[in-house]
Amino acid sequence: MTVLSGKDLPRDGEQLQGPALDARLARTWGDAPGLWGWITTTDHKRIGIRYIVTGMVFLVLAGLSALWMRLQLATPENSMMTPDRYNQLFTMHGTTMMFLFAVPIMEAMAIYLVPLMIGTRNISFPRLNAFSYWMYLAGGVMIWVAFVLNIGPDAGWFSYTPLSGPQFSPGKRVDIWAQMITFTEVAALAVAVELVATILKQRAPGMTLARMPLFVWGALVTAFMVIFSMPSVALASSLLIADRLIGTHFYNAAEHGDPLLWQHLFWFFGHPEVYIIFLPATGFVSHITEAFSRRPVFAYPAMVLSLVTTGLLAFGVWVHHMFATGLPRLGYSFYTAATLAVSIPAAIQIFCWIATMWDGRPRFRVPLLYVVAFIVTFVIGGLSGVMQASVPIDLQVHDTYFVVAHFHYVLVGGAVFPLLGAFTYWFPKFTGRMMDDRLGKIAFWMIFIGFQVAFFPMHFLGLMGMPRRVYTYPTNMGWDELNLLATIGSFVVAAAFLVFIVNAIFSLARGAVAGANPWDAPGLEWATSSPPPQYNFPHIPVVSSRTPLWDNRNHLPVMTGLRVDDRELLLTSVMEAIPDVRDPSAMPSAWPLWAAMATTCLFISSIFTPWAVVIGAFPVAAALIGWFWPKSPPGPEPVIE
Amino acid sequence: MTLPVRFAGDLAELPTSAFGHRSLTWWGIVAFFLIEGTTFALAIGTYFYLMGGEQTWPPAPFSPPNPIAGTIFTVLLLLSEIPNTLAKRAAERKDLRALRKYLLIVCAMCAVMVIPRAFEFASLNVSWKDNAYGSVIWTLLFLHVTNFLTDFADSLVLAGLLFTKHSVESRRFVDAAENAMYWRFVWLCWLPIYVLIYWLPRWVS
Ligand code: HEM
Ligand SMILES: [Cu+2]
Repeated sequence: MTVLSGKDLPRDGEQLQGPALDARLARTWGDAPGLWGWITTTDHKRIGIRYIVTGMVFLVLAGLSALWMRLQLATPENSMMTPDRYNQLFTMHGTTMMFLFAVPIMEAMAIYLVPLMIGTRNISFPRLNAFSYWMYLAGGVMIWVAFVLNIGPDAGWFSYTPLSGPQFSPGKRVDIWAQMITFTEVAALAVAVELVATILKQRAPGMTLARMPLFVWGALVTAFMVIFSMPSVALASSLLIADRLIGTHFYNAAEHGDPLLWQHLFWFFGHPEVYIIFLPATGFVSHITEAFSRRPVFAYPAMVLSLVTTGLLAFGVWVHHMFATGLPRLGYSFYTAATLAVSIPAAIQIFCWIATMWDGRPRFRVPLLYVVAFIVTFVIGGLSGVMQASVPIDLQVHDTYFVVAHFHYVLVGGAVFPLLGAFTYWFPKFTGRMMDDRLGKIAFWMIFIGFQVAFFPMHFLGLMGMPRRVYTYPTNMGWDELNLLATIGSFVVAAAFLVFIVNAIFSLARGAVAGANPWDAPGLEWATSSPPPQYNFPHIPVVSSRTPLWDNRNHLPVMTGLRVDDRELLLTSVMEAIPDVRDPSAMPSAWPLWAAMATTCLFISSIFTPWAVVIGAFPVAAALIGWFWPKSPPGPEPVIE
Repeated sequence: MTLPVRFAGDLAELPTSAFGHRSLTWWGIVAFFLIEGTTFALAIGTYFYLMGGEQTWPPAPFSPPNPIAGTIFTVLLLLSEIPNTLAKRAAERKDLRALRKYLLIVCAMCAVMVIPRAFEFASLNVSWKDNAYGSVIWTLLFLHVTNFLTDFADSLVLAGLLFTKHSVESRRFVDAAENAMYWRFVWLCWLPIYVLIYWLPRWVS
């Protein structure tokens, strides 16, 4: 084995640039053609798109469940569906929205965008990324197949014990729900690990932490929140399965377990989850606001501090979901205060966005319209949240439609609106084409107005005493008109989504061709062509400010010298992003798929027998060894130095 | 379409592997520590939560677990840190022969440890089906067994790899150093669990 110096291998630089470099990199970073390439790819962009599309499909499925429920509730004493069907529907809707749409799609956007925003060639641990997608897909397919077979879970999206325990929920429904949790947690945790490593180690030279785009900050804080919160729900659901399958007594009061233990473990995850959805969305809002106001985001340090503070505070408030279970006096005061405190960083961010627009020259294109809709809707949802932080009010409206109204205002306002804006904004980067502006505006206004019509009346319904999770209601309660109104609003929202999707498909084929930077935005993702090549950037960009493309109008500073005959990327130091190591990046591989299949077999069969955990471990281990065993002979360069 | 570029530096002379926080693997492993550590912490929280609901611990009529097997396991586990540290240093010196030797010693010790580990389950004096106390101490032990077996398997595969042509790649040494770090995590996590399973029930009962 000869030891070669860095200079002897093909690299980009003065001699190799332009089309010749592109061709060379495309050979090194390209996938196999056709289906095999689709299965084995480790490209963060392909996997990201796949994740996004799958998340959208789950959004549609959950939306259709919602429409079905609203149809049932449109008139009093409706007998269109059985109570059992309704139970399955709200469980599927809530579960799908939270676990299969909102959290994954935010991570999916990060999978696609983060490596481009920080100027690297691929995400860290790209095969883990592929594995994560297959796990997510398997979990989602499993629960929806169960629903079609009429064994869909029916204990609500938070499956409280004792209702979900072996005594009150015999059969397999809750087991399927709990195992779906395991699938999605594995997937989400894997992505969180990748994002932490990517963001801390792979930033372009010069991109210090203080120059990091706000979406990347959001993704980083979110990834840490995933890491600290998801183990809680994974543990909770594993203990639930154990109670149901092998007769442990964690939640069984008769044998000195405690049903409230479930609520603690679930909400220790469940409250942070809301911010896991919301923080990336604030990233979208910052980027859109900045690009369309044509000035850097106002008070960047305050924005970053707010993100971090929100992330920390989110772990201290889970008990506010348990006010109705009875707490010590001091507990009430503490959790009320903590909950009120969470609204402070959110308010700071909102002021900063408004200041950015105020001081800039805003262009009200579709993405910015969604930002305005977000601000309006989220503030309403935030206000009803502050109301419920007060224990007497919470006890009054607990489990009524007031709560349903509140969380749809924060979830749809705080996550779906920014997401639709982000989708429109980055669509040209994803596809190379612009979305149609007129259809976009039509969809926007329908969705915004339809949403208010659907959900504002629910505040009143809740105050008038209508409980959530009821499949029908009697005529003489005075709830009829408001329910009908809510249903009409829901259908307007659904129609708007249809327009949005038609627009996306139509634009994909015939939209106006977008250049590299159609919005004249400042971030690195706009420095490369649309859609980006497999290797993202021909040379590694260098950054010297927070808004690199606005500050380098004539040419982009870059660094050369990464190998072009092998997949290589640049590691930089954590704080200052000083170039440090050239690191190999994984080649395409089918092992992640095999590993995901083996794990899926283990998870699904463990619903039926606990032995599956023992026996199933062997194929999983075999697949993991196959995955990590080096495939290519040792290369010329990375030998003992 | 895209901007013209201006060359501002060259990366060709950078190394292709580095130890510790300079490597990507290290960050991946640290993130996994955080995940597993959080899981252990929450399981321990569950233990105390359930303990708070009991009059005595272990609840009557159960007697505390017999600590012999667990203690033998703990002593061996702590002793294995000696070859583990030597393996880590060998990896950092890129001394392949020493690394092979110490890693094999660690693996051999693991194989021996499996025996007291198996007896631990028989010394708990309670079944997971008996009550919530039984459920939680079985769970703590089960979680740690999984953790232990995972790293045992990982060390075996790595040791095997060191006897192939792939052992010349400098990344193998980074892998080995990180594997040694993982082993430290395994015994660090075990210490509180050991106390909670075997000793706390004796002290408070
Ligand atoms: C805009 C379209 C939507 C409509 C029309 C809609 C409608 C509904 C309805 C009718 C319920 C059941 C109320 C009950 O009987 O208690 C519900 C519950 C719920 N929704 Fe939505 N929803 C929509 C969007 C979303 C989104 C985007 C999310 C999350 C990101 C979401 C999360 C939930 C959750 C978590 C529940 C509670 C499920 C449970 O009680 O277990 N919804 N929604
Ligand atoms: Cu909360």
